[in-house]
Amino acid sequence: MAETLLDKVWRLHTVRELPSGQTQLFVGLHLIHEVTSPQAFHMLRERGLKVRFPERTFATMDHIVPTDEQTRPFADPLAEQMAAALIENCQQYGIPLFDIGSGRQGIVHVIGPELGLTQPGMTIACGDSHTSTHGALGALAFGIGTSQIRDVLATQCLAMSKPKLRRLLIEGTLPRGVYAKDVILAIIHRLGVKGGVGYAYEYAGSAVAAMSMEERLTLCNMTIEGGARVGYVNPDRVTFEYLKGRPYAPQGEAFHRAVAWWKQIASDPDATYDDEVRLDATALQPMVTWGINPGQSVGVNDPIPDPRTLPESERASYEEALAFMSFRPGQRLIGTPIDVAFIGSCTNGRLSDLRAAAEVARRGKVAAGARALVVPGSEAVARAAEAEGLHEIFQQAGFQWRRAGCSMCLGMNPDRLRGREICASSSNRNFKGRQGSPTGRTLLMSPAMVAAAAIAGQVIDVREVLS
Amino acid sequence: MKPMPVREIRGRAIPLPGNDIDTDRIIPGRFLRCVTFEGLEKHVFEDDRQQYEDHPFNQERYRGASILVVERNFGCGSSREHAPQALFRWGIRAIVGISFGEIFFSNCTAIGIPCLTLDESDAYWLLETVSHHPDEELSIDLETVTIRMGERTLRATMPEGARQQFLQGTWDSTQTLLEAGEAIDRLARRLPYIAGF
Ligand code: SF4
Repeated sequence: MAETLLDKVWRLHTVRELPSGQTQLFVGLHLIHEVTSPQAFHMLRERGLKVRFPERTFATMDHIVPTDEQTRPFADPLAEQMAAALIENCQQYGIPLFDIGSGRQGIVHVIGPELGLTQPGMTIACGDSHTSTHGALGALAFGIGTSQIRDVLATQCLAMSKPKLRRLLIEGTLPRGVYAKDVILAIIHRLGVKGGVGYAYEYAGSAVAAMSMEERLTLCNMTIEGGARVGYVNPDRVTFEYLKGRPYAPQGEAFHRAVAWWKQIASDPDATYDDEVRLDATALQPMVTWGINPGQSVGVNDPIPDPRTLPESERASYEEALAFMSFRPGQRLIGTPIDVAFIGSCTNGRLSDLRAAAEVARRGKVAAGARALVVPGSEAVARAAEAEGLHEIFQQAGFQWRRAGCSMCLGMNPDRLRGREICASSSNRNFKGRQGSPTGRTLLMSPAMVAAAAIAGQVIDVREVLS
Repeated sequence: MKPMPVREIRGRAIPLPGNDIDTDRIIPGRFLRCVTFEGLEKHVFEDDRQQYEDHPFNQERYRGASILVVERNFGCGSSREHAPQALFRWGIRAIVGISFGEIFFSNCTAIGIPCLTLDESDAYWLLETVSHHPDEELSIDLETVTIRMGERTLRATMPEGARQQFLQGTWDSTQTLLEAGEAIDRLARRLPYIAGF
């Protein structure tokens, strides 16, 4: 019978059916970072358990690391304590750690693919909701909580129920100035932030086939913002090309045998899906969020919807969002002044994102009074960008060129909004308080749109800059 | 350390209206700078509580409540277990709402907080009623998947896997997963990316 990638990978990793009816699923790759793992190691110790497969777990530091001065001890004693705990846990249990200065440190969802750790047909777990990112390579990648990290450390398994599968067919060619970020924002807008609950997403269609691996990573990254825990793209030539030669990818003859296996892990052409949604990529425009969840977005030239046109149950959220953001129904976001511009995160902190932003940044200077930060997603991204001179383009335009980390995506390090500041951000969440100030406001958009906003000092349509 | 079966939860309720309340709001990011979950209850909904004086978690009449009643897509967003941990440490032992963020739901299950789903009209009735009768006890029965308040019994739903974990006392899954023993290693050896291509 025809099977999907979800069916095949699930079957291959099923240890047994549990008495609860769930599946005991083996986890092929486990990634950890400093924020969600210390409590899991603590629970492990309390129960006298060991790490079952230390060689299948890899660690890095990303959320709390400062992006300016990175010498240890960190200035923030709490951040220092978390870094020290991670290092100690990794040493004690024999878990490889990509520490600051190793050349391999970075945001966990940037380094997994970059190092070739993430591979097609794997099950992947990480104590972070954006683990869905790794699905871009044809893996089933789950965001988990700390108690589940304990489960994976102790048993290399999770108790899971198999999700339903929705295929998102994205057809056509993306217009210039419209990026993978706009595609995923448009999908979340259309299906809603809870539209994917209970589903895994398979992204397919000609627009996805034409995307580079980095664009696919952006697409899969925000799967969770639409409510689905897992999203993937079937492995293809783009995937194999991307993996070739990466440090943890199979090498030489083994690589060719791996490609053969990866090919047959993809969904069969006649496989069936629980649901299917189509999206025309050709019709998309740059998207900007106006609200406090990633589904509350509009095309950059479109007005914010009138809450009176919405179903009764949605109105309270809309009103709350408008009040928090100080926007009016019918208002267009074009011309909204911004205080801060942030380019980075696991959504848009890769080399191609920095290139797209630099293409805009080279045409002007950051507007007076605005702060603009470029934070590469990993040490490797920083190196590659510097080799191309992107850092100089940014610096000459008045952007700060930082070191790798999560930074202002969630403001756990010193990079934060202050007060009611408005930030044009290439990250993934516009939740209240997300960027470190309880009253700070976030407008999500593509990195090129952020760069354009930084220079204009206000939201503008990047297509005007590029034309 | 075997977890206990959870069949019934009784207690007073605290209503929390609003859709799409994400885990950043339940526990803002700055409180994640810690290596234990201890003391998180002090900061549950911190920013919302600062901004809205009449936030339910500020109201004296709900203190001591153990059942949280919410609307739609509660706990969406970040996977931080700090969110259910903060609620648990505050005293919450069950959550009832229209729908839940998926990772939040599994985190709650993993620490022993059942999340039950009601249809819209029942959820709004419950939100309304508990806000008028904060002293009245509710009881949740996981065998029948019902919620009783006063004269009324509401039919709830819950994914069967999670429900069985509570009834069987296997919601803390480490022990259950360990019981697979050697089968785990046998499976690992069959995977080409572990065995070698
Ligand atoms: S960049 Fe943002 S979303 Fe990504 S892992 Fe870091 S904090 Fe989470």
